[in-house]
Amino acid sequence: MTTGFLSVGLAITFSNIPWPQIGEGLVATLLMLLFSLLFTILLGLPLGIFLFLTSPGQFLENKPVYAVLSVVVNILRSVPFIILMIVIFPVTKWIVGTTIDVQGAIPPLVFAAAPFFARLVGTTLREVDRGVIEASQAMGASRLQIVLRVLLPEARPGLIAAATITAVNLVSYTAMAGAVGAGGLGDLAIRFGYYGFKPGILIVTVVLMVALVQLLQTLGDRLVRRYSRK
Amino acid sequence: MIRLEQLHKSYTVGSKTVPALADINLAIEPGEIFGIIGHSGAGKSTLVRCINLLERPTGGRVIVGETDLTTLTAKELQQERRKIGMIFQHFNLLSSATVQDNIAFPLRLAKRPKEEVDRRVSELIQLVGLEEHRTKFPAQLSGGQKQRVGIARALAADPKVLLCDEATSALDPQTTASILALLRDINRRFGLTIVLITHEMQVIRAVCDRLAVIESGQIVETGRVLDVFLKPQHPTTREFIEQVEDSAELREVLKHEKAAGTRNIVRITFIGEKTYEPVLYESMREADVSFAILQGTISRMKDTPYGQLVVELNGTTEQVEEAIRLLLARGVEVERL
Repeated sequence: MTTGFLSVGLAITFSNIPWPQIGEGLVATLLMLLFSLLFTILLGLPLGIFLFLTSPGQFLENKPVYAVLSVVVNILRSVPFIILMIVIFPVTKWIVGTTIDVQGAIPPLVFAAAPFFARLVGTTLREVDRGVIEASQAMGASRLQIVLRVLLPEARPGLIAAATITAVNLVSYTAMAGAVGAGGLGDLAIRFGYYGFKPGILIVTVVLMVALVQLLQTLGDRLVRRYSRK
Repeated sequence: MIRLEQLHKSYTVGSKTVPALADINLAIEPGEIFGIIGHSGAGKSTLVRCINLLERPTGGRVIVGETDLTTLTAKELQQERRKIGMIFQHFNLLSSATVQDNIAFPLRLAKRPKEEVDRRVSELIQLVGLEEHRTKFPAQLSGGQKQRVGIARALAADPKVLLCDEATSALDPQTTASILALLRDINRRFGLTIVLITHEMQVIRAVCDRLAVIESGQIVETGRVLDVFLKPQHPTTREFIEQVEDSAELREVLKHEKAAGTRNIVRITFIGEKTYEPVLYESMREADVSFAILQGTISRMKDTPYGQLVVELNGTTEQVEEAIRLLLARGVEVERL
């Protein structure tokens, strides 16, 4: 059908793309994304709130706790994902019983993305007008009420933006997870496209991932706009 | 209603201790509007924030109603704070909540039943005149409207005290006047005690009953607004009064007149209804003294009319003495300059 040339000079052919496998890969990627994003938010949001509240000048200010959390978060963020994934194989095995497939990919994805998301949450919460927090203290709000009724609603657009960035990052992480047995589009791209010299598959998977990222970003932007009141 | 006793506040910056408030003693009566005026950095904001313990004083007592707030646990303090409303220079509204949700906020914090919240919010929206803006977000409102939301929110939980932290400083003069009128109205209708801090003497003159002047963390003068206005004791107070009176101009006039050898210059102060009576003319006619008004103000201090005239009296020494005696007899104050 269509032929063209990759820069290395390989002939590209789209005539024998294994569409069923591509479909399975897409589903696996979407599942990885969905579950890892879910757990990333469930873990990263409280972690980010706690990180913010214990930081200097906030009402749970606690230097040792903040310092330790901060270092842990930074370590997890500084280890390249592909290495982190391998290093935590035992932990993954202990949590989900396997280190392969969609299941095996979720713990490392969450371990990588949650600290990143927590950091973004902390930064976003710092943007909330101090005066508003102070006003709610003056009105007799408890700490929990300040978090739930002031910080989170006021930071909502920023938090959605943070979740969007995290989701986009997760798409690329799932591709890397594919390299060590997680399946998904990344796995197809690497196994068939790269090792199997089938640039057609490579291109199809890349196009799908680009489309996925675009979709996530558009959705995120739309939600941010919807909740922005400034 | 509010008593501050030997209040001290200092900040620790590195190894240094910086005093912010020193030995503040104040008693604010129920139902009065009490003004605290000072330059920026004088400590007035710290002082008002000590009243609801947004700033915890390093020493002394803060008694609101019958309760010494400094002795309360965090939970008890939350309860007491609900009885103290506060409004701010930058309004500090929830940007993510509508006008009605902002006003409902303190009621929801106190977990009041929904019907009560709805009823109260409607009352307050009407009180501050924002019926058409119920479902708007703060970003869609003007400064004056935002402060009205702030006031409604502060009143929602039926406080006994309202603290105003530079509440009109971010507003234009016309809007300031309308917000001040609203504060006076609320003070009268609900007998609410209001503590207001500002750096503008116009604000004090328009609404306050009594005032305190703060300078470098200390109260340098305190008294009824009228008394302080007419007879300021401290240089800082005089400086503030010059914001609204042309006393600087008067000094010029006096210098000029003194140089010209004119002697009999007096300052006559009228307070109350006498302001509108022909006291000056009658006294001068009886003493057969002619006069020239060099400078004068006739105005109102909150609800009390007052006037202050600087007058040059022309006549013999006896005639002038007689004129002054007659003025004093009519109950106005006379001061030779």
